[in-house]
Amino acid sequence: MTTNIREQLSIRQERDLIICRNRVKEAAVKIGMGIVNQTKLITAVSELARNMLIYGGGGNVLLETVTRGREQGVQIVFEDKGPGIADINKAMQDGFTTGKSMGMGLPGARRLVSEFFIESTVGIGTTVKIIKWKNG
Amino acid sequence: MGKFLLVTIQVDLYDRLALTLEEDLIQMVHKTGARGVLIDISALSIVDSFMGKIIGNIAAMSSILDAETVVVGMQPAVAITLIELGLPLPGVYTALNVERGMALLTARMPDETEDEDVDDD
Repeated sequence: MTTNIREQLSIRQERDLIICRNRVKEAAVKIGMGIVNQTKLITAVSELARNMLIYGGGGNVLLETVTRGREQGVQIVFEDKGPGIADINKAMQDGFTTGKSMGMGLPGARRLVSEFFIESTVGIGTTVKIIKWKNG
Repeated sequence: MGKFLLVTIQVDLYDRLALTLEEDLIQMVHKTGARGVLIDISALSIVDSFMGKIIGNIAAMSSILDAETVVVGMQPAVAITLIELGLPLPGVYTALNVERGMALLTARMPDETEDEDVDDD
């Protein structure tokens, strides 16, 4: 994989969500991603960044454009040092929520992207990595 | 707009602003006695679960105040994404544009629709 854009963002308050969304959009536009995939990606980013803010107390986002073979894509890593998720399988189910959301965040975001990885340790934090391929 | 309120969301809202909109809008429904609320979201590039919840709340609260909610102007890419996200918009009517949304609301108010049109006050 080669990298073109590489940008670090921090999510500390609600306004950061909009900034994050805009940066992701710029990266998606730059690699020529179509409007539907762009919209799916930005929506997923909005869900995951908000999760991080609400449940993880904020965190950091690493935004990169990536290449695999002839495919180009946008990769985003969300990292927080929050309480972690005790039961990831449960958290990935539609409608499951411990907070005030609708419980669509994680499972919904997973459906909207090409690749989705989640790792969480209670007391340490949560890392979510997503990739949306340009034509994926 | 007479008995309907028209709200055009011009920019992507951050969460607190969306909550403020929800509150203001319900106050306006109460104050004006509007029978319908049209929310034009054609300028929104995404509708995530939070925005979806706000729209659902507006519809539910308006409904208690005897007003119907129609969301108009959703971008095709937003519609596709909403389905995949798995976000239902219960109690929310949708229409392609403001004209059709207006027609939908008008059609749902059989009683008081004499020949008076919607833009008198």
